[in-house]
Amino acid sequence: MFDSSSIIVGLEIGTSKICVIVGEVTAANPLNIIGVGQARSRGVRKGEIADASLASEDVRNAIVEAEQMANVEIRSVYLGVTGHHIRGFNNHGVHPVVSADREITAEDVQDVIKNAKAINLPVDNTVVHAIRQLFQVDSQLGIQNPVGMYGAKVEVDVHVVHGHLDRLKNSIAVVRGLQLEVEEIVFTGLASALALLSSEQKELGSLVIDMGAGATEYVVYSDGIIKHTGVLAVGGDHISNDLAYGLKVPLGRADRLKIERGGAAVEDSVKGQTLSSNGEFGLPPKIINLEHLRRIMSLRLEETFELIEAELSGLGLLDRLRAGVFLCGGGARIPGIQALAGRMFQMPAFLGKTNSISGLKSALDQPEFATAIGLVKFGSLQQKRKPVSSLAGGIKKTLVELFRK
Amino acid sequence: MSTLVEKSAEPAIKKKIVLKVFGLGGAGCNAAGFACGAGFSGVEFLAVNTDSQSLDACAVPARFVLGASRTRGLGAGGDPELGRAAAEEDMEKIRSFCAGADIVFLLAGLGGGTGTGAAPVFARAAREAGALVLALVTLPFDFEGDRRQFQAQAGLQHLKAHADAVICLPNQKLFKMLDEKTSVMEGFKIGNTLLSDGLRGIWRMLTQTGLINVDFADLCAVTRGRHAAGFFATAEAAGEKRVEQVIEKLLAHPLLDGGQALRESDSLLASIVAGPDVAMTEIQKLMEPLNRHCEGAHILFGAAIDEAFAGRLSVTLIASRRPRQEEPPERALPPENIESSQFLDKTATERPASRFVAPPPMLSPEMKEQIIRGQGGRSRKRLSRLQKELPLGIVFKGRFEKSDPTIRNGEDLDVPTYIRRGVPLN
Repeated sequence: MFDSSSIIVGLEIGTSKICVIVGEVTAANPLNIIGVGQARSRGVRKGEIADASLASEDVRNAIVEAEQMANVEIRSVYLGVTGHHIRGFNNHGVHPVVSADREITAEDVQDVIKNAKAINLPVDNTVVHAIRQLFQVDSQLGIQNPVGMYGAKVEVDVHVVHGHLDRLKNSIAVVRGLQLEVEEIVFTGLASALALLSSEQKELGSLVIDMGAGATEYVVYSDGIIKHTGVLAVGGDHISNDLAYGLKVPLGRADRLKIERGGAAVEDSVKGQTLSSNGEFGLPPKIINLEHLRRIMSLRLEETFELIEAELSGLGLLDRLRAGVFLCGGGARIPGIQALAGRMFQMPAFLGKTNSISGLKSALDQPEFATAIGLVKFGSLQQKRKPVSSLAGGIKKTLVELFRK
Repeated sequence: MSTLVEKSAEPAIKKKIVLKVFGLGGAGCNAAGFACGAGFSGVEFLAVNTDSQSLDACAVPARFVLGASRTRGLGAGGDPELGRAAAEEDMEKIRSFCAGADIVFLLAGLGGGTGTGAAPVFARAAREAGALVLALVTLPFDFEGDRRQFQAQAGLQHLKAHADAVICLPNQKLFKMLDEKTSVMEGFKIGNTLLSDGLRGIWRMLTQTGLINVDFADLCAVTRGRHAAGFFATAEAAGEKRVEQVIEKLLAHPLLDGGQALRESDSLLASIVAGPDVAMTEIQKLMEPLNRHCEGAHILFGAAIDEAFAGRLSVTLIASRRPRQEEPPERALPPENIESSQFLDKTATERPASRFVAPPPMLSPEMKEQIIRGQGGRSRKRLSRLQKELPLGIVFKGRFEKSDPTIRNGEDLDVPTYIRRGVPLN
């Protein structure tokens, strides 16, 4: 029915849920979402596979659901990866222009990119993304394509996201075990940013924080390019765990309390207030202090933001964020989280909206889906680029080949 | 004590330092064999065992069957006294091995026969030959039983009396580095790697003159005269975030109980080896969290630059803990135990060919009494039921108990924030 090349699937193996989104690219419509599949995730901890067989079962369920909804057969996916082993940094490459008339040729451009990609990585790590950014010719900044320009020296920044090879292989193996191809692996923070930010926001400078259950990813865009990426292996699971310990309730109940009564701030109205939960499943009834619940949550969230803030201010990036902070992931649903983020970062904070695609819009405009939508969008951009066979694409292909071995 | 060592070491430092590594017993030979292939230049290795069969399997080229006339090369059968007797018998040989060495490393697995029994003898012989003695030993797994633990502890006491420094690796802690499916071979390999890493770290520290030098006297100042076991950990990282990574690795190191050992330690030796590109701020960034973690500890710190470490950074930590009050003070055993050597000679002349002529164990009157009472059946039970000391402030990690700890700036983020910050919930 459909031409298989026009179907793009994003798969996010998250800590709390596995999400599959099927997108369709046609001549008339650049990207249209036609299917969603979700499953509760059991085999993932802190964004990394902890139990491959459980994870594989859950991924299959989610894939089947998405296939039924979209009425397509899924053959390949764009896989989101995360985990605290993933780090990002900018690397700078310089290349002197050698030709007599100092005109920059395509070879010069290739050389400078090659220089920028010569990175000293830890032995076990591999590059997930190497994103070429803007060129600089002598002292002239922000050049998209320097071929044909004149100058003595051409420079370029490459943003490199790298991670531990074996851990990346783990999630790829789960997908490949289900007879699905992995088109590419994509850092989930990058995917979320792709889904949430418009090009103006990237230009102005934005911080995207994806607050997942297992890990919190953050990506900084400024002047239209990626400035920084990072992962903090602290997420919603930690909040539930803190609550379970602090309020002395089982984890399941802590999870429910977090969702039903949670909040990022300790308001005056909750002070001294208590909840009595009637004992379900034979559990004895228990009186829970709402103020404690909120305090435990707000301390954890504050700390998470503080750590991100400290890292960014260390890099001097905070002043570049003129558009503000964009939140997504399940953690973005916590009441009052935007106000807290605004207070911690001293700038406006918003709930991220996935405006950039069409399709099942109302159902999908939820913070939890940002990553999976971003994956589909990443895929559509890649496919658009494919005929050109860019250098970055080529390198990624070799990377994917590497994993297939 | 340390001034004495410095004096004796001084003439040796003028010439080339001679380092010798002795692997004693099965575990020691394995570790020595592993380290032997790991490229220590200018270090002499010797594998020593009472069991000639397992010695043949050892990768070290230089081997010696200990007490061949006593054990006939059949091993010590897990009896430290037999191991000790075998070593005493070959004392002359051992002295000749030790001759000319400036520093002797002993690698041994305590708890068995040869390693436990022979290590103190080797330490004594090496010390008499004028060498500085450093022992790197493993303690048995818990599953090996009380008896081996007891033997290991007794052997450790003896060894401490004779060696200049003893650093322990309790095998039980290896479990934190293993997952369910790790094979036995791999498990032991990890243990050997750790020993070899420790050896390498110390070797590097002693042989390479650094910007900020650390020598044997410093090492002794940290390890000597402290009756509790020393800890060691080595971590290495490369790349832009190497300092952060090294600290993360050290704090998550199983031998340091996730930084707990650092907090409890009262003296710490940190030796940094880095390439010429290391920045001053990096060293500051590295030492700052370590200082924070061992507040009030006596910290010695050395740094060396090595061309081969370009872009990399390696840190070796040796920490030791203040002895606990209830631990009995170490009994300094006389270097020559006249009683036992007489006994040994006597039996040796009477029944030279028999294997089963180990002299009675060297025990103090209290220990004898304890064993006799133990045979009565009651007090041993009481001994094993002795309540162990639990770490202060048990940390609840719930569902993150089994995953990698998330460590940022030296804090374990898996522990609830309000606990780390000490916010009271009334």
